[in-house]
Amino acid sequence: MGMNLSVDLGKLKLQNPVMTASGTFGYGKEYSEFVDLNKLGAIVVKGLSLKPRQGNPPPRIVETPAGMLNAIGLQNIGIDNFIKKKLPFLKQFHIPVIVNFFGDSISEYIKAAGKLNETKGIHALEMNISCPNKQEGWSIFGTDPKVTFKVVSEVRKVTDLTLIVKLSPNVTDISLMAKTAEDAGADAISVINTLTGMAIDIKTGKPKLANITGGLSGPAIKPVAVRMVWECYKTVRIPIIGMGGIISAEDAIEFFLAGASAIAVGTGNFINPEATMDILEGIKSYMSAKGVKSLKKLTGAVRC
Amino acid sequence: MNRLFKATVTDNKQIKKDHYLLTLHPFKKINRPEPGNFFMLSVDSSLDPLLKRPFSMHRWLGFDFQILYRVAGKGTGILSKRRPGDLLDVVGPLGNKFPVAKTHDKIILIAGGLGIAPIFSLAEKLKKNKHLLFYGAMTKEELLCIDELKSLGIEPVIATDDGTLGYKGVITDILKKFLTQNSKLKTQNYLYACGPKPMLMALSLLARKYDLKGYMALEQNMACGLGTCLGCVVNTVDGYKRVCKEGPVFRIEEIVWE
Ligand SMILES: Cc1cc2nc3c(=O)[nH]c(=O)nc-3n(C[C@H](O)[C@H](O)[C@H](O)COP(=O)(O)OP(=O)(O)OC[C@H]3O[C@@H](n4cnc5c(N)ncnc54)[C@H](O)[C@@H]3O)c2cc1C
Ligand SMILES: Cc1cc2nc3c(=O)[nH]c(=O)nc-3n(C[C@H](O)[C@H](O)[C@H](O)COP(=O)(O)O)c2cc1C
Ligand code: FES
Repeated sequence: MGMNLSVDLGKLKLQNPVMTASGTFGYGKEYSEFVDLNKLGAIVVKGLSLKPRQGNPPPRIVETPAGMLNAIGLQNIGIDNFIKKKLPFLKQFHIPVIVNFFGDSISEYIKAAGKLNETKGIHALEMNISCPNKQEGWSIFGTDPKVTFKVVSEVRKVTDLTLIVKLSPNVTDISLMAKTAEDAGADAISVINTLTGMAIDIKTGKPKLANITGGLSGPAIKPVAVRMVWECYKTVRIPIIGMGGIISAEDAIEFFLAGASAIAVGTGNFINPEATMDILEGIKSYMSAKGVKSLKKLTGAVRC
Repeated sequence: MNRLFKATVTDNKQIKKDHYLLTLHPFKKINRPEPGNFFMLSVDSSLDPLLKRPFSMHRWLGFDFQILYRVAGKGTGILSKRRPGDLLDVVGPLGNKFPVAKTHDKIILIAGGLGIAPIFSLAEKLKKNKHLLFYGAMTKEELLCIDELKSLGIEPVIATDDGTLGYKGVITDILKKFLTQNSKLKTQNYLYACGPKPMLMALSLLARKYDLKGYMALEQNMACGLGTCLGCVVNTVDGYKRVCKEGPVFRIEEIVWE
């Protein structure tokens, strides 16, 4: 059966909706023994900043029921090293490479986006706004709509690549943040990043993470993520990339029904390194069983 | 080569209180694991526990392999209930290995507690070096593989915290005694170690004091085991390194203990 799985994100066309979530798939190479990267919808790499970052002290991860907390601290090799050492490997594949990036200040976001924009082999940018703003007393870029608008609109000015804004779920009203990103010029939004959490070792009385708090991911956050995708879908017209606890095709389909045009697999890669391919196959089976010819028909099709 | 595979449990026997020896039969031929390498095992397919658990290669049987483990929490508790015929998802072998010694190198192996799991495979591999093995545990009941070591012709120097077998005390103190009493031991020796953090910290100090070189295998909480999540780092003189990728085996002098 001829099935249309393609997705449009701004100017970018994906052959299918299955992407990798930033920070869970390295720079692609690590998973290439398990996944034929050419079969992915797109690959999203670990978050990059202008300068390399050390990240947080260990322990950085701890498992919690049906999920995990991480406080990696945005460790990364920096944009220049990525371009020199990692991008050449990715260029041999014909799928879009989406670079996730962040900064400590608005000017760093602008410089980073400008640099990435000039680099051949990068097809879209995903802005992580769940990080602290050094200039404004370390409040998170993605929790104050005024700051969000400013940083997204400034980045919009320096790139003509598809611009995806990745929303922080640690807000009262996610649809307001989605609208803000849309108004500031985003071509798409990623929903959601990790939820801030904490775990304590009751034997020692100490937090289990050296950083005290960390970001919760995995199946535990899925219902929250689905709800947030649905709220955003009702508010914005730009496409939504749904993520948060997707480990199976059934999970992915829930996100489509809630309003996602594409999905990303994060923690699911750790549980099953072939998860992305299993999910893609499962989506196809679901569509053919249901007689759905175009994936676009599923987006937002929840019957409330 | 795709290192994800299914394996059948062929044996999972309790060898001491809370300690088990698991034998796995992979569905496909896997890369030969070397001492220091580890596997990520999913103990079942539920969402809790969610992540795979890392375990050292204990013994390579040519096609099948063995894991020696202790029930430490929920995941290992579930693993201990798996029966012959059960299927497990496994990724591996992963990580680096203990660098091979030249046959004339003099070697001291040090294992603390479950650290015997990888050190055993190394002891087997380095038999020709006529190494010395120092092996410590809390109590006699937690000393594993003694008969197997003896059948390889290896007589470990044993210490238990409570003195129920061998010397009474921690194994690094016993090693120190050997080093001070036997000046020959101090020269051209390589240390190879695995054990709990306090033991490795004490060993690092000893190594510095006696100017001994060597390697140790470390543990850290892991999510991917493949080098992508950056969750498993330890601090080294060259910054953070991943236990699953640059490790689990590190040069002793490289690790910065906090
Ligand atoms: C490279 C490596 C090799 C290992 N080899 C062995 C071995 O041969 N035999 C053996 O018995 N154990 C080994 N361990 C430790 C073993 O992985 C843990 O005991 C096990 O993960 C505990 O899981 P749990 O669910 O029973 O415990 P829980 O405490 O319930 O686990 C909670 C979480 O913490 C993690 N965790 C807890 N303790 C450790 C630890 N010491 N190291 C890493 N992660 C931990 C678990 O993976 C899990 O994600 C090894 C660890 C590493 C990193
Ligand atoms: C170990 C780890 C590292 C992550 N690093 C990043 C990152 O660098 N940038 C980013 O925008 N999101 C990062 N994330 C968030 C994920 O991309 C994803 O939004 C989140 O984990 C929810 O999806 P999941 O439940 O499928 O993992 C990270 C998540 C994990 C678990
Ligand atoms: S466990 Fe993920 S990088 Fe080591």
